Amino acid sequence: MRSILWRIVMLAAFAVIAILLFLPSTPASRYLPAFWANNIPKIILGLDLQGGMHLVLSIDRDKAIENHTHRLAVAVEDALKKKEIPYTGIERRGLDTVTIRYLDLASVETIKKAVSDEFGTLEGPSVEDASLVYKLSGDEVKRIKDWAVSQALETIRNRIDKFGVAEPLIQKQGENELVIQLPGMKDPERAMQLIGKTAVLEFRVVDESMDPFKALSVGAPPDAEVIYQQSLNKETGVIEKTPFLIKKESLLSGDSLSDARVAFDSQYNEPYVSLTFDANGARQFERITSANVGKRLAIVLDGNVHSAPQIKEAISGGKAQITGGFSYEESTDLAIILRAGALPAPVTVVQNVTVGPTLGQDSIEAGIKAGILGGALVLVFMLIYYRVSGAIADFAIFLNIVMLLGAMAWLNATLTLPGIAGIVLTIGMGVDSNVLIFERIKEELRGGRTPRSAVNAGYDRAWWTVIDSHVTTLITAAVLFQFGSGPIKGFAVTLSVGILINLFTSLVGTKVAFDIQNEKLRVKRLSI
Amino acid sequence: MDIWGETKIDFLGKRRITFVISTVIILMGLWAILAIPMGKANLGTDFSGGVSVQFRFEKPVSMETVRPLLAENGFKDANLQQLAGNDKLLVRLKRTEGDLSAVSRSLGDVLAKGMPDNPFVVDSTTEVGPTVGKKLQQDALWAILFSLLGILIYVGWRFDFRFGVAAVVATFHDVLAVMALLYILDKEMSLLIVTALLTVAGYSLTDTVVVFDRIRENMHKKTKEEFVPLINRSVNEVLRRTIVTSLTTLLATLALLLLGGEVIHDFALSLFAGILVGTYSSIFIASPVLLFWKEKGRASVAVAKA
Repeated sequence: MRSILWRIVMLAAFAVIAILLFLPSTPASRYLPAFWANNIPKIILGLDLQGGMHLVLSIDRDKAIENHTHRLAVAVEDALKKKEIPYTGIERRGLDTVTIRYLDLASVETIKKAVSDEFGTLEGPSVEDASLVYKLSGDEVKRIKDWAVSQALETIRNRIDKFGVAEPLIQKQGENELVIQLPGMKDPERAMQLIGKTAVLEFRVVDESMDPFKALSVGAPPDAEVIYQQSLNKETGVIEKTPFLIKKESLLSGDSLSDARVAFDSQYNEPYVSLTFDANGARQFERITSANVGKRLAIVLDGNVHSAPQIKEAISGGKAQITGGFSYEESTDLAIILRAGALPAPVTVVQNVTVGPTLGQDSIEAGIKAGILGGALVLVFMLIYYRVSGAIADFAIFLNIVMLLGAMAWLNATLTLPGIAGIVLTIGMGVDSNVLIFERIKEELRGGRTPRSAVNAGYDRAWWTVIDSHVTTLITAAVLFQFGSGPIKGFAVTLSVGILINLFTSLVGTKVAFDIQNEKLRVKRLSI
Repeated sequence: MDIWGETKIDFLGKRRITFVISTVIILMGLWAILAIPMGKANLGTDFSGGVSVQFRFEKPVSMETVRPLLAENGFKDANLQQLAGNDKLLVRLKRTEGDLSAVSRSLGDVLAKGMPDNPFVVDSTTEVGPTVGKKLQQDALWAILFSLLGILIYVGWRFDFRFGVAAVVATFHDVLAVMALLYILDKEMSLLIVTALLTVAGYSLTDTVVVFDRIRENMHKKTKEEFVPLINRSVNEVLRRTIVTSLTTLLATLALLLLGGEVIHDFALSLFAGILVGTYSSIFIASPVLLFWKEKGRASVAVAKA
C-alpha cells in the first residue's frame, strides 16, 4: 500500500498546479505577476459568453469557374486577333465551355493550333454547326474550385485583419464553406458588409449611343448592358435607382490597384475613396482616359454603378477616386475591401449566429449563480447525509472543480454556457461515485466488518461499478464532441474532462481521507 | 444517516403497471419523433432553418402590440415568444429563401419604427440557411446513432448482450419520455436539446449499470435463488444509492433550471426530467426487461463476464 503521505503530496501538487494554471484565466489575473499571467494558456470564453459572430459562408464555386471561362474566352479572342486569324464570334457557354465560330473551314486548323499552343487547359474541340467547342479540362475545373475556396479564405482573412478584430478564426469547412468567428464583434451588420461583398471593381465606358430608358424597353446594344446606380436619398430615406447603359467590356479592374484609402473632399467635406493603381494599371488608366476623352467612365462595383464621371482629359499618375455620398464608415470599409482584393466568387451566408455582449454577460452571471447554488445544494446535502464522509466527498468535489478548471486552462479549452452547465452537472455526477463507494462501505459495515476492512472492501467492490457508470457518459460526451459545434463542443469538453478527473478524485482522493481515519486516527466508528 | 432501513419492495411484481405506464410514455415519445418528418414538430431554428432574433427592450412589451405590428409589415408567419421579465422578445421566422440577414435586419427596422418610444438592443441573431439546417439534422441523427451504438457495445462487452439490450431499451425509454414531455410543452427541438437528450442517455445508463452490476454480482454468488427474487433483492440493495445519486444530480440541475438563464432553460429542463425518468426506468424498466429472456431460467444459468 502506497504511503498516505505520498498520496497527500500528490493530490496537493495536482491542486496547486491546477490553481497556478487557471488563476490567469480569472479576473484575478491582473493582480498576478506578468510572467505568470502572460505565459500560461488560458480558458477561452465561447462566443455565447463573450458575444460575437459565428458565420458560415458558402462559396459559389461554379461562378468562379464561369468567371474563369469568361476570362479565357476574352484571352482567346485577343490571341486570335493578334495572330490575325479570322473568326466570326467567340463566347462562353455554360460554366466551362468556350465556343469559337469560324469563318471558313480553311481557318479551322489555324484556330486549333493557336488555341492548343496557348491554352493548354482547354480540351477539345468538337465541331458543332460552324463552331469549335472547347471545354475546360476536369483537372483545371478542380484546380479552380480549390483555388476559389483558398483564395476566398485569404481575401476574407485579409479584410478582417485590416478591419482589426481580436483573435478571429477563419477556417475551411467541407468542400466549399468557410467558418468565420469574430469574438466580441459589436457591429454585425458592418461585419457582414465587410465579409460578404464580392468587391469586383471595374472601370467601364458609358454607352451614350442610346438612352438607358430606351435600352430598357427595346433592349440594349449587344456590347452593352443596363446597370443601375443606387443611391440613398437622405431626406426621404428611399433608395433611388438610376439606370445607366454601359459597355460590357471591362477596361480595368480592381486587380490593378496598389492602394485604396479614405480621403476627405475639402469642398463638400465628404469622405471618398482614393485609389492608386500599380505601374501597369496606371499606364492602362492613362491609355483608357486618353482614348475616351469626353465620354463618361463608370466605376462599377459588384454590378452597381458607383459613379460615372466625365473624362475631361487623359489622367496620368495612376490615381482615381470613388465618390458617391458615403458615410465615413462606409468609405473606410470600402477602402479596406478594395485593398484586400475581390473575392474569386460570390459568397452567401448560410449560417449566422450572433450573440450580443449583454446577453453574453447575462449568461456568464446566470451560469455562475446556477453553479454556486447547485454546488451549495449538493455540498450541504452530502454533509447532512454522510457527515464526516460527506465532508470528504465535498472536499473531493472542490478538488474536482479546481482540477477541471486547471485542465481546461492547460488545454486552452473554450468555456461556453452549456460548458458551465457541464461543470454544474459534474458536481452532481461527481458525488455519484462517492455515493456508490459510501453506500458500499455502509453495506460492508452492516455486514460486520471493521471500519478498515469495510473501507477497503467498499473501494474494491465499487471500483468497476464506478468505472462502468462513468464510461457510458464518456461515450456520449465523445460523440457530442465529434458532432457538436461551438457551445455543444464546450459542453462535451467540460463533461468529459470533469468525469475523468472525478474518477481520479473519487477513487484515489477520498480514499486517502479514509485511510487517515483508519490508520493514523484509528477510529472505532466511521462517520458515514 | 439513512433515509430508510433495508427494503424488501417487490419491484418486479409491479411490472404490469409500470409496463403500461412506460408503454404510454414510449408511444408518446414515438409520436413526438414521428412529428418531425411529418412537419408537426417544433423544430428550432438550427434544424428548420430560418431566422430567430432576440430583442431586449427598455420597457416591457406586450404581444398584443407586437403581433399585429409584425403582421402588418409582412411578418405574418412570425412566431413570438416572450422571455423572463417581459422586456425580452424572441421572434422566429421559418422562411429560408433569399437573404436571411436582410430579413432579420428588416425585422429590427419594423420594430424600431413601430415602437419608437421603446428602444431595444438585439441580444442575439441566428440565421440558418436550408442546407445547413438539413446538415445539422443529419449530424444530430448520427450523434444519436453513434452514442447508442457505443453504449450498446460497451454494455455488451462489460456485461453480455442481454444486459446490453435491456440497458438500451431503458435508455431509449428515457430519451423518448423527455421528447414526449418537450412535445407536450411545445418546446423547441434544437441542437442543445439533442445534447441534453444524449446526456440523459448517458446518465440513465449510469443508473442502470449500477443495478445490473449488483444483479451480476449476486448471480455469481451461486445461490439457489430464482431469478425474480434475485433481481428484486439486487434492486433493493442499491435502491438507496440510486435515490441518493439521482437526488444530488437533480439538485445540481435544479439550480441550472432556476438560475441558468433563458439560453439553457429548456436544456436544464430536459436534463431534470431525464434524470427523474432515468431513475424510474433503472428500477422499474431495465431489470424487468431482463426477464423477457429469462422468464423461466434460473439465475445461475446466466454466466456473465465480470
